[in-house]
This record gives sequence, structure tokens and C-alpha cells, in this order.
Amino acid sequence: MQAAVASAFRDEWGRVVATLIRMTGDWDVAEECAQDAFALALERWQRDGVPRNPGAWLTTTARNRAIDRMRRAATGANKLQEVAVLSADSPSESDESGVGDDRLRLIFTCCHPALALEAQVALTLRTLVGLTTPEIARAFLVPEPTMAQRLVRAKRKIRNAGIPYRVPPAHLLPERTGAVLAVLYLLFNEGYAASGGADLVRQSLTDEAVRLTRTLTELMPDEPEALALLALMLLHDARRSGRVDDDGDLVPLEEQDRTRWDRNAIDEGVELLDAALRRGQPGPYQVQAAIAACHATAPDAASTDWPQIAALYGELGRMAPTPVVALNRAVAVAMAEGPEAGLALVDELEASGALRDYHLLPATRADLLRRLGRRTEAAAAYRQALELAGADAERRYLERRLAETERA
Amino acid sequence: MRYALLICGDEKGMEARSPEEASAGLNEYMAFGEEMGKRGVLQGGERLRPTTDATTVRVRDGEVLTSDGPFAETKEQIGGFYLVDCKDLDEAIGVASKIPGARNGSIEVRPIWEL
Repeated sequence: MQAAVASAFRDEWGRVVATLIRMTGDWDVAEECAQDAFALALERWQRDGVPRNPGAWLTTTARNRAIDRMRRAATGANKLQEVAVLSADSPSESDESGVGDDRLRLIFTCCHPALALEAQVALTLRTLVGLTTPEIARAFLVPEPTMAQRLVRAKRKIRNAGIPYRVPPAHLLPERTGAVLAVLYLLFNEGYAASGGADLVRQSLTDEAVRLTRTLTELMPDEPEALALLALMLLHDARRSGRVDDDGDLVPLEEQDRTRWDRNAIDEGVELLDAALRRGQPGPYQVQAAIAACHATAPDAASTDWPQIAALYGELGRMAPTPVVALNRAVAVAMAEGPEAGLALVDELEASGALRDYHLLPATRADLLRRLGRRTEAAAAYRQALELAGADAERRYLERRLAETERA
Repeated sequence: MRYALLICGDEKGMEARSPEEASAGLNEYMAFGEEMGKRGVLQGGERLRPTTDATTVRVRDGEVLTSDGPFAETKEQIGGFYLVDCKDLDEAIGVASKIPGARNGSIEVRPIWEL
């Protein structure tokens, strides 16, 4: 029974909260009523069995809770609100964009550009995924009161500033969809490469990001960048079990045991990417997914199509000219044309002063110098990278490389 | 919902404009006012004289303290404002993005604290 409720929680929490926000217009009431409904489910389903449609049961129960609360409060304004809730049981009227799902309204509202990025992420995790405030605080390595306040402030701003609860109309959709995808990708990355602490893969965040992105692609099947983001996540996640060895140490891509990669996830990722590319509207997530597909579909490290990857990074650099993309392009060029060509690009990047605090800049330099046999310089660069690296597994990898360089 | 749209920019830059530029700028604001007046969102708005004409008043221990200039020296100053009535923040952002000053300065969108 616990398991049935837990699974309903994962599947239905976001939907119940999203619907209750539309009905009541109050984010706190929506969350509290959803919580009540899940607590009641634990008790009732034990006695009566799991209902045929757990989602509908939960939504109805939460809605009845909301009506009870308003009746108890029983002021004039609440009477009006009660009428609104009572009459809102039919499937919602569709937005200007023609998309009617409440979860889509919720995610676009959580990711409204008038909210700070960190508030967008926290709000998405709380309302759509149902993570508790302590869980979100742990995931982002901030004290619990800080996270609690971030959530309170974000909800207050939505109310006070009049951020609408809707899917934006067509003319705003491209820019707003970008914000939603950015939040989902950030969530995925936060789980995939935890920026600090012991566990390199905080799996629950990655899983939730994949789930949410999958939902988004179901709700917006014509959006190629959403399809591509899901493809990108699946292609990365497919390599999860090869990425860290049994001791929790980071295994570089070329040394990974490719039989441990998840073939089904790779196949699905490639299919999704193809579907996205067929739309003929290129975008940065499509390019990144194409790069990930090059890696994931190479039978072994030696047959990786590095010239193709270098060209894709060049393309990505034109769409999104960031120093991290430039660094990745340098790595690909080093593989395609030799370490010297790559090192020239890394030196250029270093001279520009960008990425000064990013451990992968000296780490990349170190690897290229090592391959060129310039050991003293390589060791110095590894030490520099170690000073900046955060996650334990990454540190152990750098320490191992440094030891090898110094031994030789 | 009502919002104040505060037009912020570098007033030194404004003062340095040629008469032709200044008059072209004025025309843009006239066109904006006409368009928004037609849409029915505009409730009011004014251009402010520069902070060099500002006086700051404080009352401390019952005494009125008057000083020259703005209350704080900042890189950008408020040069004017509109009061608008919009459906929601998205509409207010849409109106703010049409204010000519948004293209060189910035517009702060502040919800009115309704009592």
C-alpha cells in the first residue's frame, strides 16, 4: 500500500498541485490540500483498495479539502472563490496557445523570467516534483531556512507581481520555452555532476529532470528543442553506470566499459534526436544531443568521429558562444587534429581570462600537455585543477593523473 | 493590476543629445503615449526634470533638513514614469518593452501596493 501511494505520489503530485492552483489561485492552499489528499490516500486505500484512477481520486479529494477550507473561512471573498472551485471541475479551458494541461501552466509559471533562476528551479522541484524543502536544500547545498525563504519569496512574487498562471501565448512561447528547457537541463546537470559532496550522481535529480522533460515533450510534441533535450539527457544518462567505477571513481570516457551503457536509452535518444532534426528548426539542444549521440553510438573510443564532433562544437559555438563550449571544442579538435591544435585553442581561452575558476580548464590543459610529453607543465596544471575541483570523485581522478605524471 | 513603469537611464547622456535627437526622442514618446492611450492601459505618466534640479527633504528630530540633489547618487536615474493598468505582469512587460527608453536605459516594473 505504501508503495502504491508512493508511486501515485511520483506520478500524480504535480498534476494534483497544478490543478488545485488553477482552481484556488492559491499556491500554499494547493500544496497543503494535495498533501492532505496523499495522507488520506494512505489511510483509505489500505481499507478500500487502490482506486481505479488514483489521479482522479487524489484530485477530487484535494479539491474537496479546498472547498472545506473555504467554507470554514466563509468570508465573502472566499464564497466567491468557492463558487469558482466548484465550477472548475470540468477539464480546464485551453490557453491562448491551445495547450490545456495544468502541469504545463505550472511549469511555465515556475520558470517565468521575472523569477530568479534559483527560485525557478526550487519552485519547479517543490510544486511539480513534490520534493520537500529540506530535500531541495540538500540537493542545492544551501541551508534549509535559506531554501524555505527562497520558496516563500518566489510564491509571494508570483502573487504580488501578477505573474499569470498560464502557458504563454504563441508570440512569447519561443523565449519562454527556452527558460523552461534551461531549468530542466540545470536540474539534470545538478544531479549528473553534483557540484560538491561525495556522490557524483545524485540520481533522483537526474531522474526527475528526465521525467519532467518527458512530460514536456508529451505536452509539446511539436517543439524540436524539447525532444532534443530529452534525447540529450537520455544519451548522457545511458552512460551513467560506466561513468563511475565500483569504488565511486570517475572513469574517463575513453576508458569506460561500453557494454555497461544502457542500449535502450541510447536507441531512444537517437530516435528522439532524429525526430527533432526532421522538423528542420535547428537549435542548441539538437546540436548537443547530436554530439552526445556521436559518443554514445561509437562502438569503441578509437572509432569516435572526432572531426564530426569538432564541427558540431563549432556549430554550437555559433549558436551559443560560451567559454565552456569553446573548451569542449578545443578537446574535440585535439582528438581530431592532435593535442597541439587543441592546446593552442586552450591557451587562447586561458589568455582571454574566461573560466578562471573552472577546474576543467587546467585539467584539459594538463591532459593535452601529458599527451605531448611535457610532464612538468602537465603536473603543474593538474595541481592547479585540483585546487579548483569540488566533487570528490573528480578530485580522485585528478590526483591519480598527477601521480602518474610525476612517476613517469 | 496597476503597475508603475519607472524609466531609468543615464541623464547625462540625455542632456548630451543634439536638438534633433531630443526632438526625435520626444516624438517616439508621443507615439508610445498615443498607442497605449488607444489600448486603454495608460492611467498617467510624467517626464521628470533631471536630478540636478532635485531637492531632498528629510525630517529629523522635528527639524526639516533640505539638501541639493537626489537622495542617492547612482549611475542611472529615474527620468520619468507611467502608471498603467494591465491584466497581468506579462502585459505590463509588453507595455514596458515598448517604452522608447527601454532601448538605451531600462524600465523597472513595480506593482502598485493596492490598499
